[in-house]
Amino acid sequence: MDSESHKSTATKLVYMANQIATFFHSQPKDEAAAAVADHINHFWEPRMRQQFFDILEQQNNGLDALVVEAAKQIRKPGPVPV
Amino acid sequence: MSLVHEIDYGTPASLSEKMVTLTIDGSEVTVPEGTSLMRAAMEAGIQVPKLCATDMVDAFGSCRLCLIEIEGRNGTPASCTTPAMEGLVVHTQTKRLKDIRKGVMELYISDHPLDCLTCAANGDCELQDMAGAVGLRDVRYGYEGDNHVFAKNEGVSNDRWMPKDESNPYFTYDPAKCIVCSRCVRACEEVQGTFALTIEGRGFSSRVSPGMHEHFLDSECVSCGACVQACPTATLTEKSVIQIGQPEHSKVTTCAYCGVGCSFKAEMRGEEVVRMVPYKDGKANRGHSCVKGRFAYGYSTHKDRILNPMVREKITDPWREVSWEEAYKHVANEFRRIQYQYGRNSVGGITSSRCTNEETFLVQKLIRAGFGNNNVDTCARVCHSPTGYGLKTTFGTSAGTQDFDSVEHTDVVMVIGANPTDGHPVFASRLKKRLRKGAKLIVVDPRRIDLVRSPHISAAQHLQLRPGTNVAVVTSLAHVIVTEGLFDEKFIRERCDWEEFQDWASFVSSPEHSPEAIEELTGVNPQTLREAARLFATGGNGAIYYGLGVTEHSQGSTTVMAIANLAMATGNIGRKGVGVNPLRGQNNVQGSCDMGSFPHELPGYRHVSDESTRDIFDKLWGVKIQDEPGLRIPNMLDAAVDGTFKGIYIQGEDILQSDPDTKHVAAGLEAMECVVVHDLFLNETANYAHVFLPGSTFLEKDGTFTNAERRINRVRKVMSPLNGYADWEVTQNLAKAMGLNWNYTHPSQVMDEIALTTPSFAGVTYDLLEKEGSVQWPCNEKAPLGTPIMHINGFARGKGKFIRTEYVATDERTGPRFPLLLTTGRILSQYNVGAQTRRTDNVMWHEEDRLEIHAHDAENRGIRDGDWVKINSRSGETTLRALITDRVSPGVVYTTFHHPTTQANVITTDFSDWATNCPEYKVTAVQVGASNGPSDWQVQYDEQARQSRRIKVLDAAE
Repeated sequence: MDSESHKSTATKLVYMANQIATFFHSQPKDEAAAAVADHINHFWEPRMRQQFFDILEQQNNGLDALVVEAAKQIRKPGPVPV
Repeated sequence: MSLVHEIDYGTPASLSEKMVTLTIDGSEVTVPEGTSLMRAAMEAGIQVPKLCATDMVDAFGSCRLCLIEIEGRNGTPASCTTPAMEGLVVHTQTKRLKDIRKGVMELYISDHPLDCLTCAANGDCELQDMAGAVGLRDVRYGYEGDNHVFAKNEGVSNDRWMPKDESNPYFTYDPAKCIVCSRCVRACEEVQGTFALTIEGRGFSSRVSPGMHEHFLDSECVSCGACVQACPTATLTEKSVIQIGQPEHSKVTTCAYCGVGCSFKAEMRGEEVVRMVPYKDGKANRGHSCVKGRFAYGYSTHKDRILNPMVREKITDPWREVSWEEAYKHVANEFRRIQYQYGRNSVGGITSSRCTNEETFLVQKLIRAGFGNNNVDTCARVCHSPTGYGLKTTFGTSAGTQDFDSVEHTDVVMVIGANPTDGHPVFASRLKKRLRKGAKLIVVDPRRIDLVRSPHISAAQHLQLRPGTNVAVVTSLAHVIVTEGLFDEKFIRERCDWEEFQDWASFVSSPEHSPEAIEELTGVNPQTLREAARLFATGGNGAIYYGLGVTEHSQGSTTVMAIANLAMATGNIGRKGVGVNPLRGQNNVQGSCDMGSFPHELPGYRHVSDESTRDIFDKLWGVKIQDEPGLRIPNMLDAAVDGTFKGIYIQGEDILQSDPDTKHVAAGLEAMECVVVHDLFLNETANYAHVFLPGSTFLEKDGTFTNAERRINRVRKVMSPLNGYADWEVTQNLAKAMGLNWNYTHPSQVMDEIALTTPSFAGVTYDLLEKEGSVQWPCNEKAPLGTPIMHINGFARGKGKFIRTEYVATDERTGPRFPLLLTTGRILSQYNVGAQTRRTDNVMWHEEDRLEIHAHDAENRGIRDGDWVKINSRSGETTLRALITDRVSPGVVYTTFHHPTTQANVITTDFSDWATNCPEYKVTAVQVGASNGPSDWQVQYDEQARQSRRIKVLDAAE
């Protein structure tokens, strides 16, 4: 890729997850982590969530603390039906 | 088949609820107070002769033909300007009246050519009709002497004669046939609101004049066609009527351009469209139109249309024409192969917001039931997906709350990030009409759009904010309303969650949200912002209309929620004249969203994880729908680049041109093994396609479109598809090739399936639409005739939900390398990526996209008006010509993206809305500099596009 905006999918996913967290940071504290998880469960396709969990395992993954907290409530994708 | 006839009542309807009863020609008639005698007579079935009156404009009383006599009153008043009153006894036909009328007609005809047989209006001329109606048999004055009819009088040139003005590509102005009834001038003022026409001169010298005696094309005329429609003679005539002749039958259908969804009569001769005439009973447009819907339908028969299916192995190969059967088989085999090789979720599709509800429903059904996954998305992803998210969260349903008629009851209109006079022109005309009657206007836009100041319209406040600061500004409006105690406590306590309101109120009240605190960030004068907030909160019925300037941002969804908060806090929800009104971009973008085009939602906005909803479809379709959301368009492209997404079926959508970060889109498409494009033309996306399936236009199929006010309107077939099949048939045949047992024989059966499965559509049938003309969803047992206004006695979700809306600056920031902010928009004559309008004479108004730049920024860079300039961002660069203007502030540049050569989306980045991935089209940090011509990318792209569009010519022997 020949310019700065063409990022890898992993970079984009981290960015997107953090964007979601940024919004919920401003919402009432007690619901924030659940809300981030709920959002990702609702809108992220399983392979995106799978990539997310792969990223989560890496050191210095760049994920916002709220995303990391929310991860417990994010659904692990099951196998793709054949 | 015959023409759909509409009654012209002569003057507009009175809205009074008080009724009066009078006698006209011996018949008793009861009408609302304020109705003209002319209209009252027409309601009683009596047609008073008239020329200057028509019910689209107010009475004028100039032609003196509609005179009547009233018992007990002197004289012969004009029936168009005399109001009906209780107990009047009116006579429309007496000896005295007959004599006067005949005398008046005789004078008219003495200065009118008698070429009726060869006149384009022959068969549709009110002057001819009236001459007949009053029994004119002779013109005693002769045709010599002063006149406007003949180029020469007795061999000497006639100074009063004017040649035809043929400058407008769609209609002619023949002054020789003008009777100076002023209907065109009044239509331009009252209906369109442009004030481009006037009457110049006095007495016998009076002439209709565009602007200051200019040609139509050079004047302010926006070519909406209202004047042509109003003209009672052949003075203003569609060129198509001059060429073809009068139509012999017509059908009511719905425009396929913007989300206003205007109703038109397609007036036909055989299968040829003679003209499109706006339909007065159309509830979205009420008889008005714009240059696109009225005139720009020529693309439907354009030579560029591809009529045969085509296939190729590699995208570098030329296209090979194949039979439909071969094309279907090829696609079915390829998709099955890909799924076998890469897994069930490696393919997907995009539904079209330009196709009908029925077609969209079938495409998502093909994907969910045939492909067996939820990888379906639609162009709403890149426009109004934040509206869906934001309004669903706050109100409980993701659609506009009002009908367009509602604007007639509005006192304060706030337009945010929308440019209705260009993007939604017919709604803009209705809005301007209301503004001229005294409603106040607040505009929130980085650019000085036409509405800010246009004839007889002036915005009370224009908050000219920096692109990307919507949330800060709208939250600050709420700050003023809350801290100054202007909120509607009664409404909030009744309709919303009071605790959530208090939490939100304390949030917005904090000093960092005050207009003074955000000024540096937004560039908006705090006093102006305060005044705007006060006006909106206290000015009566307040309505918010917004467009893509709200949604296409990193914080698009947050702004939508901020708007919803504002409406709830001021009690502006749940009645006429108020509400939150997203102005939808495409004709059926509302419908395509309703029909389950999003990867996480089944029809009717029900999440795929909801078992009871899945169950309905599982049982009916005999499949097992996946309970996980599918990929959104940008995710599909990412997955394609990653190698896990390999095949796509794209119906009527040009993602390569319309989606952001063109190079990334191209890379995604290039990585796929089977790209199927189903479209009218070899669009930009087709450069990367392996299969091309020819599409059909809205004139060639039956179906429905749902407009921005949730109105389900019929689309009616007026000609056979040039490509042989309506799009729903193509999708069905493809489904059959993939082994699905579909047997729809008419789109009405698809609608029946939609109604059966989707509660908000439960009551919708083609029979109902035939009877009612149109209905607005929800249409079901609770609302059998649909729902013009939503949330009347409470919100769809129960209590309205206030949400904190913290401003977060976009990461797309200006700096030394990219010091300017680029924002994008639309222009009146062109539509979206221009695939349709560029193939019509509309190009006469907008041949190319231009870069609007402030004189200050231009001067710094040595750029003059019209110079070629290079514009680059972190994503890429392109070139176009500069237009120096003060519409944009220093630091902001603006362009449209109607032309593929401009490649505006090479510039836009991959930043997107946090909630929906809607791309951030409206903010890109750029640098602008002088240029010698097209960029390398443009040259390369052009060459690639040219190569890619080659179609192999078959040998004669084959």
